[in-house]
Amino acid sequence: MATLSSLKAGTQATVASLSIEGLLRRRILDLGIIPGANIRCIGPAPSGDPIAYEIRGSVIALRLEDAGKITVQLI
Amino acid sequence: MNITIGKRRHSPSFNEHIRKHFFHLPLKNDQAVVAIAGNPNVGKSTLFNALTGLRQHTGNWPGKTVDRAQGAFLFREKSFLLVDLPGTYSLLAHSAEEEIARDFICFGQPDAMLVILDATALERSLNLALQIMEITSRMVVCVNLMDEAGKKGITVNIPLLEKDLGVPVIPTTARNGKGLKEVQTALYEIAVQQRPTAPKQVRYSAEIEGLIQELLPRLQTLPAASFFNSKWLALRLLDSHPPFVENISRFVRLQNAPTATYQEVEKLHAYRLE
Amino acid sequence: MRTALNKPADPLSQIYADLEPLRHTSGHQLADRMVADIFANAHLIASQVIQQDPLRNPRRRSRLDQLTASRLFGYPLMLLLLVGIFWLTISGSNLPSEMLSRFFFRFQDILSQWFQAGGAPLWLHGILVLGIYRTSAWVISVMLPPMAIFFPLFTLLEDLGYLPRIAFNLDSLFKKANACGKQCLTMCMGFGCNAAGVVSSRIIDSPRERLIAILTNNFVPCNGRFPTLIAITAIFTAGSAAFAWRHLLTAAAIALVICLGIAFTFAVSWGLSRTLLKGEPSSLVLELPPYRLPKFGAVLYRSLIDRTFFVLRRAVVVAAPAGAVIWALSNIYLGELNLIAHGAAFLEPLARLIGLDGFILMAFILGLPANEIVIPILLMSYLSTGSMLEIDSLAELGTILFAHGWTWLTAVNVLLFSLLHWPCSTALLSAYKETGSKKWTLLAFAIPTFIAFSVCFFVTQAARLLGWA
Repeated sequence: MATLSSLKAGTQATVASLSIEGLLRRRILDLGIIPGANIRCIGPAPSGDPIAYEIRGSVIALRLEDAGKITVQLI
Repeated sequence: MNITIGKRRHSPSFNEHIRKHFFHLPLKNDQAVVAIAGNPNVGKSTLFNALTGLRQHTGNWPGKTVDRAQGAFLFREKSFLLVDLPGTYSLLAHSAEEEIARDFICFGQPDAMLVILDATALERSLNLALQIMEITSRMVVCVNLMDEAGKKGITVNIPLLEKDLGVPVIPTTARNGKGLKEVQTALYEIAVQQRPTAPKQVRYSAEIEGLIQELLPRLQTLPAASFFNSKWLALRLLDSHPPFVENISRFVRLQNAPTATYQEVEKLHAYRLE
Repeated sequence: MRTALNKPADPLSQIYADLEPLRHTSGHQLADRMVADIFANAHLIASQVIQQDPLRNPRRRSRLDQLTASRLFGYPLMLLLLVGIFWLTISGSNLPSEMLSRFFFRFQDILSQWFQAGGAPLWLHGILVLGIYRTSAWVISVMLPPMAIFFPLFTLLEDLGYLPRIAFNLDSLFKKANACGKQCLTMCMGFGCNAAGVVSSRIIDSPRERLIAILTNNFVPCNGRFPTLIAITAIFTAGSAAFAWRHLLTAAAIALVICLGIAFTFAVSWGLSRTLLKGEPSSLVLELPPYRLPKFGAVLYRSLIDRTFFVLRRAVVVAAPAGAVIWALSNIYLGELNLIAHGAAFLEPLARLIGLDGFILMAFILGLPANEIVIPILLMSYLSTGSMLEIDSLAELGTILFAHGWTWLTAVNVLLFSLLHWPCSTALLSAYKETGSKKWTLLAFAIPTFIAFSVCFFVTQAARLLGWA
């Protein structure tokens, strides 16, 4: 099982689980990043953090450490 | 099961009191209040400007509508007061913006909601629309950014969407002013002519529906059930935080006390930093 | 949590309390399940009504995004844009500014003649023409041209969708300061107006990070301070380079001042999240909307009507009465000196310590209602003590400043003080409304004030010790 942060730019995966707490968890869920959803890594910021992902037709940036708490299943 | 949503039994004067307090809306008896909700960056403010003729600036970044904006327009000799709610992805989280939007939809009791969907990210914007449909049945949906969807090769079957959602659905391209007349007509039908709608209700998984059914008998006899959909109340009891539940009770209490003091109403909106 | 829920009187709260064990044992499951269920419904509907043409589905990062987020070009591009915007603003507004002020001051002479012809008393002419008219004329001729260039340029970037990319690129720095990258967006708003910047901090979810954004917004210079920065930078870079490079040098100097402000934003955010605002870990969830081609006509119209004239009106509304008050103060004498000179003399020892003079410090204090009027107040108080001059170009403004003992150190300290000092009263009021707390509002005032005084103090003392000034 890989984490979201380990995805290479351009690769796709399915969200498996989130081990994030509190408001951030709510936020991420509300954007549709829920188990079973398709997510694609678009690419990082110049410094390598945060990373942009495409989810349900829109582009969302997450920090490396937060993306590291989301496990995904590679497609 | 028989569901009534957004039944408005309370006196108009009380509504106005609350609206005035929440959004500093001017007290005008014959004006229909329409609130606009939608995800950030779906052209909400553009549509707001196009409808009201206000030249308020709208940038291309999430969260630029930070302060409430209001404007009015006249349609078929009826005056509409338009309230631009902050852009949110959902009504479930407890951030400042979402509480403003949620509190206004719940307690401000607009005559109609205008919910804007993003044609290029329909799924995500439906997430918000479905949550609003649990609270009120008086709503118009518009699918904006149709031009961008076209460029991306996305087509939206509007008649089918309208049938699915059970409320009027209008395709728009607010940037070019396309679909505005139709939006106004639909708002008129909902807010003034009281056109009936049958908003699609979210079907939850068996576990949650089971919990709701367990709670419903206890809720249906409560005073709160005459103001809010009891299924929605059950859901909020299962997932909300205490201040919001307190607010619902306070709202109901104030509705039944015709001599509500201003301070009591003030407690209803507690979205300031703690 | 509040205790009202413990009261058994309210049936709804009673049921809520009864459900506590259920919510507790199921943890996230219930809430997560709900979100997932709603999305499942949304997905079902969307999949029925949406048809995607597979040939036109853009799967790649857009070229523009590849460039703006590129490892190599991402940061240089941001800096280039910053300098470029100021270069266009400065070189473009120079000529119209001079033309405007020439026009206004020629008209002032005509006005004065009318007053004389009508036999108006001297004090009336003083308050209306030398006070209100002259201050307003100065504010308009100095502020209007740069704003009429800066705002449309900024609005273009905003409509294009570049601002979230700035936040995206800079987030790693904010992360080090334990703050939120979205603070960038509030800072961008602050360029227009710090009060708007403070209000826009609502886009930040966490109350802690939101407070940090509110308390530090002042370190981006709002457009009320830009004219001060531009005028003083232009005067003191004027002699130092060939004509063709002058504007570029001025622009680079202003960009440097802004970068310094950003550096202070980071430093103070870092400090706050380690002292007063410790706690919750920070995070970022930022949407990057697609780049959209701005509609140029609409950009021009809106940025001019909404921003330029709105800000200008506010400036004139504050500046006009302030002009009258300052004129009156400078013409009421107590003993040898007028009231302004008394005030300046009182502030002089403190001002000297931080490399300013009493008049400058007093202008900053009197400028609390609006930063726009700091330079007009300063000029009026300088002029009230000496000969009456008409300022119709920056060179003449420079002459006045030099005549009152300004050195490069004074200029640097004025720039620093203007960048770092307390927010204007409108911004403070917004901070109070947003935080609902006197304590945080007081801090929003105290932190910048403390920093402005200490930075100017150190710069001045260091320069004097090293024998540079």
